[in-house]
Parts: sequence; structure tokens; C-alpha cells
Amino acid sequence: MREFGYQRAYDVAGAVALLDAAPDTRFLGGGTNLVDLMKTGVERPARLIDIRELPLDRIEVTAEGALRIGATVTNGDLAAHPEVRRRYPALAQAVLAGASGQLRNMATVGGNLLQRTRCGYFTEVSQPCNKRAPGSGCPAVAGEHRNHAILGASDHCVAVHASDMAVALTAFDAVVHYETADGPGELPLADFYLPVGDTPHRETALPAGALITGVTLPPAPVAAHSRYRKVRERASYAFAIGSLAAALDIRDGIVRDARLAFGAVASRPWRASAAERVLTGAPAVPETYAAAADAELAAARPLPRNGYKVDLIRNLTVTVLTELAEEAAR
Amino acid sequence: MSTATTTTSAHAPSVGTGHTRVEGRDKVTGAARYAAEVPFAGLAHGWLVLSTIARGRIRSLDTEPVLAMPGVLAVLDHRNAPHLNTDYTGLMGLRPDPTCAVFQHDRVPHLGWPVALVVAETSEQAREAAETLVVHYEQEPHHVELSGDHPDAHPVDGHEPAVTEKGDLDARLASSAFVVDAEYTTPEEHHNPMEPHAATARWDDGRLEVTDSNQGVTWVAGELQNLFSLDPASVRVRSEHVGGGFGSKGVRAHQVAAVMAATLLQRPVRVALTRRQMFALAGHRSPTVQRVRLGADADGRLRALEHRSVSRTSTVYEFVEPSAGVARVMYDADAHHTANHVVPLDVPSPTWMRAPGEAPGSFALEAALDELAEKCGIDPIELRLRNEPETGPVSGLPFAGRDLAACFREGARRFGWADRDSRPGVRREGRWLLGTGTAAASFPAGAQPSTASATAHPDGTFTIRISAADIGTGARTALTLIAADALQVPPERIRVRIGDSDFGPAGIAGGSMGTRSWSWAVKAAAGELRERLALGAGLPAQGLTVRSDTTEAVEALGPAERHSYGAQFAEVAVDVTTGEVRVRRMLGIFAAGRIVNPLTARNQLLGGMVWGISMALHEEAARDRASGGVVGADLAGYHVATHADVPRIEAGWIEDTDPDDPVGIKGIGEIGVVGAAAAVANAVWHATGVRHRSLPIRPDRVLAAAAGAPDA
Amino acid sequence: MALSTSSVITLKINGEKHTLPVDHRTTLLDALRERLDLTGTKKGCDQGQCGACTVLLDGRRAVACLQLAVAAEGREITTIEGVADGERLHPVQQAFLDLDGFQCGYCTPGQICSAIGMIQEHAAGWPSAVTEDVRPQAGPPPLTADEIRERMSGNLCRCGAYVAIVEAVARAAEAHTGEGHEDAATGGAKEAVI
Repeated sequence: MREFGYQRAYDVAGAVALLDAAPDTRFLGGGTNLVDLMKTGVERPARLIDIRELPLDRIEVTAEGALRIGATVTNGDLAAHPEVRRRYPALAQAVLAGASGQLRNMATVGGNLLQRTRCGYFTEVSQPCNKRAPGSGCPAVAGEHRNHAILGASDHCVAVHASDMAVALTAFDAVVHYETADGPGELPLADFYLPVGDTPHRETALPAGALITGVTLPPAPVAAHSRYRKVRERASYAFAIGSLAAALDIRDGIVRDARLAFGAVASRPWRASAAERVLTGAPAVPETYAAAADAELAAARPLPRNGYKVDLIRNLTVTVLTELAEEAAR
Repeated sequence: MSTATTTTSAHAPSVGTGHTRVEGRDKVTGAARYAAEVPFAGLAHGWLVLSTIARGRIRSLDTEPVLAMPGVLAVLDHRNAPHLNTDYTGLMGLRPDPTCAVFQHDRVPHLGWPVALVVAETSEQAREAAETLVVHYEQEPHHVELSGDHPDAHPVDGHEPAVTEKGDLDARLASSAFVVDAEYTTPEEHHNPMEPHAATARWDDGRLEVTDSNQGVTWVAGELQNLFSLDPASVRVRSEHVGGGFGSKGVRAHQVAAVMAATLLQRPVRVALTRRQMFALAGHRSPTVQRVRLGADADGRLRALEHRSVSRTSTVYEFVEPSAGVARVMYDADAHHTANHVVPLDVPSPTWMRAPGEAPGSFALEAALDELAEKCGIDPIELRLRNEPETGPVSGLPFAGRDLAACFREGARRFGWADRDSRPGVRREGRWLLGTGTAAASFPAGAQPSTASATAHPDGTFTIRISAADIGTGARTALTLIAADALQVPPERIRVRIGDSDFGPAGIAGGSMGTRSWSWAVKAAAGELRERLALGAGLPAQGLTVRSDTTEAVEALGPAERHSYGAQFAEVAVDVTTGEVRVRRMLGIFAAGRIVNPLTARNQLLGGMVWGISMALHEEAARDRASGGVVGADLAGYHVATHADVPRIEAGWIEDTDPDDPVGIKGIGEIGVVGAAAAVANAVWHATGVRHRSLPIRPDRVLAAAAGAPDA
Repeated sequence: MALSTSSVITLKINGEKHTLPVDHRTTLLDALRERLDLTGTKKGCDQGQCGACTVLLDGRRAVACLQLAVAAEGREITTIEGVADGERLHPVQQAFLDLDGFQCGYCTPGQICSAIGMIQEHAAGWPSAVTEDVRPQAGPPPLTADEIRERMSGNLCRCGAYVAIVEAVARAAEAHTGEGHEDAATGGAKEAVI
């Protein structure tokens, strides 16, 4: 780890100004991803700006009924918050499915959105990786890619996004707020992560010098009836090999509204819009759910050793939507 | 002078009753210091630089800019390191693994080979400097992939012969009513003790002092003394608390590098491995490819048994994972063939890992037995009982106690085996398919010569000194109880000091031999001390000390098949739509000799079974063909079982002893893992009807099987 | 502008203030172990993947290996050395000792600190990944054995002492709340006792 300067910011404008003032500077939130990457040499910042003391640690219900989550709210506090659990249970479940109790107490909402992939080639600096060292190649395509992407990847990078939280946020149309030296801005989460293409090192659409200040979840009654399911290679404390956030509103046996997003299948949380279109207005029966999954997964391009993810996501979709429908009928 | 204060009246035996660990308070308060936690004035920090190629030659190292970095004291590499002697046979009867003889030449035999040590004032400085060091290589093509039919596979004797053969295998297979012929594979596995390897070396008045974390101070001191051509009396190795070992904590690159640097700089130098470095430098269990062929009569009696195992070693050291050895103990047949083969590849040297041979070997053999039971239509326990041998299947020697049948009877009763419906794939609970499985276990019961001393103090207390290691086994507490009974005093009056090579030679914490070997020596010393005290020997102020040496007694042990046995039971739940497998309950019943401390013994046996769960479902190092290294070489990439993976499991034991051992101990460190993965895999078959012959049973494998792929 | 790469900081650990210069690269874990001789906090992986370095930061469990020391200034840090009440062990420590909730002992301080934090999180009504219904109207989940296992999963124990650890945590939690969840102590209602 190279030597670095350290400063604390106490207000948002100050933080943004500090970042603007020097190159190779990173914001430090919980540090659960950044400090690890600094130890492995993936990140080598010259300066850290500690933003944990910024007044961005609150969760509020806005006048419009939206939920505004500050960027430095910890994952632990987010999952424990009664309004999150009441309005968006899948979000609480997603956060609780991630990492460990210790890490959730440290990790922040803003940092979680920006966490880097856990691809084993990305985190080993002696190996080629287009995301870490553009143009060096992607050994995962011909190598260890059991847990890599089946959707939206390219020959340049097949890594998956590691966040559980972001999958649920994606399903519920979250909007990311940020601040730059030129003022505030916002990005729907749907547009926040960039397509992989031939620039896997460019991960988000955040403008240079921007600080994430929070996330807003618009009111969504359907989300009150939602669920997050995560499958991993051990029962806890492991990254997903496939996950799903789903919400269903069923009336008179017909799906009126549906939200669906997949995790661990792409370089970003994957909003299953094609599946949602199939679901909406269709009879709430397993055949509909399977057809919805198939519609989304038609675009899947599995690698030689991760084709199981297609089956996994399809099965998860049918199972979880069936569970939600059965609960609604009770 | 005071008089002896031992008492012979009303002494309640300590052995056999549960005692909390004598160092327990230190461990729960954080007071127990492990190797990297002992402070030294003037300590410098060494950081190893590992190769980034898997095969080739070091062309040059750009050490100049690194030496100019803040705090950097030295860079050691093959051009300036002291010469090591590698021409010797060590305590374990083995030649040194060149992997620990660092910086002797410019060859690179695997990815992660130590090419330099950077020493600096602080660990942060050492790390940054090590990461900055540019090494130029001449790279050569490498090969890391093991296959069952690899052309370079050849038989290798380990602690046992590579090949045993009796009878005409093909003829017996051809005439068998039922035949199983299957290939089983197990992956590369890593010990990953929670405490990373760490050593501090320093010279003190002409003596080399090493503060280490290892499984045997006598062993490590001997290796260092040989490597550095030192006088035996001038090397002292201490290892008071050890944060797990499982076979990985012998002599390794870090101790040798620390000694080199301390010698060069004449100040204390600590070298600690990072978790990532451990994947290259701490040893591992080789993957195995095993073929098992069984032929049986209509009544399930084995007529033919073949177990062939191929494992992998490095190009610089021949280590065999003797997986086929387990069949030489467990089952007899008219035709009985076993063979352990090895393929040298461009990988780090593998080493002993908890139940070497038996852990992967029992998976293959006990899974094959389950397949045979299915084919014969015989209950898996009944099949095993019908095949209990009278004498050693290969050796012909008598068994020094073999209570496998009793383990199965007791286990079946407690587990509720009698109610089992043998049909696979017919029990469902919500999204889960349920199944149960069983497997047999055995592990050799050995002993190593050891010395110990027992001292009576005028205040009525006693001190036992022995170069033992407590790597979590509870050895320190067990030896306290052994000494208490030998002296016929309460254990509170005994102080056991271990982990110091100055206490005299003793065996290692390994091969399930530690507590047995040390107890033997402690009982001898303490027993003799008691006799002397009973004769009325007066106690001088410095106390009265008696020494023991079990070398002759251990060597006088008559030839016999000496083993621990066990019966493993598991119930699993499988969701074939997600591939998730969960162990719901597990029971192991063992015949493992005398149980010294039931509290810690239960814990250790359960720990072995947890390893079985972990091996069956989680553990696997993915070695990358292109780079030759492990991808995801950390505890997020290499999964060991978490709390959530382990339900309430139970371990129990039956009365058992070894009549030739003065304490009757057989050893319990390894038997818990043997057969455990097979029991889980057999339960997965019972739940789903699919045989998983490759470990770990990952979700993708379960899903592939559900999607109609042939047996995984 | 060249920024200093080290700072003099004051850390409040177990109620005591320690002022020391630190290289900004120094983690709280290394500051405790290498600078302050508080070696009870263990380094297992140094990457947030094992939990051996668990401490309490402002009363909540956290891993010290991913916490920069300089960023811990101003926070209340409690380590394993600070959880006992003088000579009287913390109930979690006592339960680990009595029920043999460890083997090699290296993950133990982290398990104990984690359990202390976890019991408080549960008492505050926090759900977990195995909580059937996370909605507040469902009420706080009972601390069953499965809940303990999930909540403690950030603490690996390679010796495999999990069974005894869960028993110890259940016993200590019972003492903490005063109302036993028999379920946890006996291994969970759904779990057959064999």
C-alpha cells in the first residue's frame, strides 16, 4: 500500500472541493471495499477524504412519500430501519443477505453502490484484467468464470456486480443523488451503471468529482409485498451466484404490477424489464412466471461453465413469484 | 527441605471427566499471545516477495530503488542469501521440502515461489517496498492440470507402500454378481488455520531463538538446525499458543527467511504470511482422482476391491496423498488392489492436511460402498458389517481393537436409522428434498517417542515440561489431567508447560499422535516422580525433577493393525431448483481409545465433522490453468463452512482402549473428518437420486444434475 | 499540495486515551497489535473475510482490519481486553470458557466481541437474513439457534467449534435478556436432538 494523505470532511461542499483540488483522491466511507482494494494494490490513491462525518446519515420519508436514504447510512442501519422494512422488505432482506454483521455496520449506502467486482482476476494485480488495467485482457473468459456474467457482458469483461442492496434498489426505481463542484445532480439507478462494452473500467455514469449524497426510493405500494432471495455457495457470508428481488401486486388473479431484478448475472444489477412486461396484466400462475423469466433470459449468453445460472435464475423467478402470489392470496 | 505433599487417599480420577481448558481464561480475555504477538525491542519486519510466474528463472531483481525506500533495511534474494544445507533427513524421516529452502537459486518452480524478502522498520514500509520490487523473469511454459490418466503419473511410497496387490482382480470382477466402477474426484484444499504462519527470529548470546507458531518445536528446531548447519544446542524454538495448524505448520519459508534476515541484520526480524501468501506457501491437500472398482456376491460380500488414487505434487518435492490406503484397513476381498500415484506439476508442494489420505480416500471408498449397497439392495450398514475383516486385509496382522460394528449399532440407534426408507428422491419438505446417508471411518493410531519432565515443588504443586503443542486440541489440558492422575493429586496442583524445544525432544501435534505420545511420556515421568515421593524422598528447595523417555517403549510396540474407527451419519436437504444443499443434522460415533477430556474431545470430534461438511459442500481452490495460481486466494474465494452451514451436530463414543498403550489413547484429531464427506454425499444421493462423485457438491453441480446431465 | 502521510492521533480504547503518531496506512488492527500492545484482537485474513479482528466501534461490532486507525479517531473502541468487568468475565466470555466455545482460541476474541454486538443488535429488534418476516409489524424475531448462526456467520472458526460457540452465545444471550429462548439453548425447535 502506498503512502497517502488523509483529510476529514465535515460538509458536502467541503468534501467536493477537497476532491476537486487533487488528483488520485478517493472518498472514504466505511472502507470495507476501498481499504481491502488498497491492500491488494488494486487501488492506490494519493489521498483519502473521510466522509463518514458528513450529515448524510439519515433516512427520511419525504413529503411525497418517498424514502430518502443518506449516502453514509450504514447497511446495518438501513436494514434495521422500520420504514425500509415496512415499505421495501426486499431491500432490507437484500442488505441482510450481504456480507456479515460487522461489515454491514461499517459499509455505507454510497460505498455499496460503488463497490468493485469480486472477480478473482480483478483483485490479483499480477493478472491481466481489462477493468483494472485497460487493454491487458480478460483471463476469466477462458478461465475461472463459474460465477461470472450471463447477461450484458462483452469479450472485454465478464465480471459481475457484487452488491445485493443494489439489486433491490434497482427493482424499486431508486434515484442516486450526487453533488459536484458545479452543483447537485441525480441519476436513475437504471442509468447509473454503464454498459460493459469495450470500456469495463468505466463503471458508472457519475460525473468526475461527484460525491454520492443519497438515494431516493419513490413511493411504490407494490414494494410492500416484496422479497429478496439469494443463492450462494455456502449458507452465509458469501457473494451471490444468483439472486432476485421481486415484488408482485395481484388482484383478481391478475398481475397488476410487478418488479423484478436479478443479481450476480451481469456487470450491474439487472432490471428484468422484459420479464415485467410479460407479467403485467397476465394471470398470476407459474406458467406466467416461467414465461417472464424466459423472456428476460432469452438474451443470456452463458460462458462454458456458467450456464447453470440460466436455470438458477429461471427457477428462482418461478419459485419466488409463486411464493409471493401464495402469500398475497392468504 | 520439606516433605512430599502428595496424597494417595480419596483421589478422584481426572481423566475421563470434563475439564475446561487450563489456558481458557487467557484465550477468552485475549491475554494468550500467539507467535506474532510477542513483543521484541528493535523488531524489524520482513515481507516475502512471491513469484508472479509459475515456471522459469529469475533474470534480475531491481533492488536498488527498493533499498532507497523509507525504512527499508535489506533485501534478501538468491544472490545474497546464506547458503542452506538441504542434504539431511529430518525428525519426520523425510528430506526437507525445497519449498522452505528459500533464495538458494534462480529457478522458479511454481507461482508464489519466494523470490525475495524485504526487511523494513515497520510492516507498512516492508509491505509497500515488497510490492514495489520489480523482478524480471525468463518465463517457461507451465502445467498445473491433474488428470486420472496423466502420462507422468507414477507410484510413490509415502509412509506406506505405493502399491499393494493380491488376487486376480479382473477374474473376480467378472465373476461378481454386482460391480461398481466409478471415478471420484476431490479438489485442491487448503488448511487455512485462523492464525497465519508467523515467526520472529533473533540471536541471543550466540543462540538462535525463534518464536513461532508450529505443530512441533522439536521438529522445527531440528529442521532449522540442519538447514543452517548449527549446533543442536544453539537453536531454541518456542511456540506457546498456536492458532490452528491442521498439518500446515511445520517448517516453511517464513521461518527460514526470518532466520536469514536476523542473522544478516543482527536484530529480531518477524516474518508473517498474509492469508493470500498462505495459498502458495503453507502447503495444501492435493486434488485427487480416484477410481474404485468393487465386485460383490449376491449377498454383498466383497470379492474384488480396487482403489487407485492419483494426486499431484510439485516438481521439487515428492509428496503423496495416500488416498488408496484406507482400503487396506477397511475391507478385504479375494482380489484386493490399491495404488497411490503422483504427478509432478508446476505447483507448490502439497503436504499433510487433516487426515491425509483418509479424508479424500474415505470419500471415494465409502461413496462406492453406498453405490454397491444400492445395487445389491442391502442396507449400507448391513453391507459394511458383512464385510468386516478378521485381520488386516493387506497386512494379515491382528486388529488391536476394532469396534466399527459397535459404532454403527450405537449410531444407528441414536440417528434413527432403522426407520429409513432406502428409496432415493421420495422425501419432500417444501422446496427441500431430504435424505440420509452413512459412512465408515478409520484412522491410524500411532505414537512417537517423546521425553518429558515432572517436577515436584515444595509448595505441593507440580510442573510438567514437554515440547508438546496445543494447536487447539486441548493437549495442555489433557496432559494436566494425565499428570494429575499419575501423581494422584487434583489437576489444580499441576502446571503444564509446553511449546519450548529446550524441554527436550517430543513428537509433533500431527497424525492424531500428539496427545497419545506426550501422555505416555508425562505419565511415565509423573508416575516415577510419585513413586520417588512415596518412598519419602525429601524435596530440595528447587524441587525434585524426574525425566522420562518413551523411545524404547514406543519402539517395543508389537505389530498390529492399530486404528480408531467411526460411523458417520448425515441428513441433508437439497433444493434441486437452486442447487443448495444444507446439512440438517449429523452424528458421529467413534471408537477412538480412551477419551481423556470429554468436554474438549467432543469439540474436536465435532470439528472434524465440520471439516467433513466443509469438504463435501464448500472447499475448493480454483487453480487457473493460464497463470498457474489460485484464483480468489482468500477466505472469500476459498469457502470454509460458516456458522450457518453447521447445524446442531453430535459426536459420541463407545468404550474403547488400546491395551498396549499405558493411557489407552488412540487419538481423535483426524477421525472426525474421515467418512464425513461421504456420509453427506450419500445423503445427497438419498435425497435426490443423483450420485455426486466430485467434491464439493456445489449448486452448479446440483443444478446440472437436475437439468439432466449425467451423474455429476 | 503535498499532504502529510502520517498524523498524530488520539484513540479512545477501552475507556483510555492513547495518543500516537500513525502512518495513514496503519489499520486500527495493526495499531492495536503492533503499536499499543493490545494483541487480543487477532489478524486472521486482514481483508474483512474472517471476523477474527472484530471489535466494538461506538458499541457496534466492526472489523478492525478494514478500519484505518486515523479514521477511528473520535470513536469509542472496545476490544476483547475491555469487555470484562475487572476480574469478572463478561457473560459471553464466561459462557465460551464453560462450554468450550473454542479450540485454538485464535478466532475467539472476535467471536466474543461479535456475540456481544450481535446480542445488542438483536435486543434492538434488528432482523437477520433468516428472519422469516422482516416487516416491523411481524415483531422482533426470537433468537433461535438458526438466528444465532446466521448473525455469527461473519466469524469463521476453522477448528469447527461452531456447535459449542452457538451453545455459549445462546447461554449468554439468555442471561442478557433474562428470558431464555429455550429453542436456542436446545438447538432449535425444528432440529431433532439425536
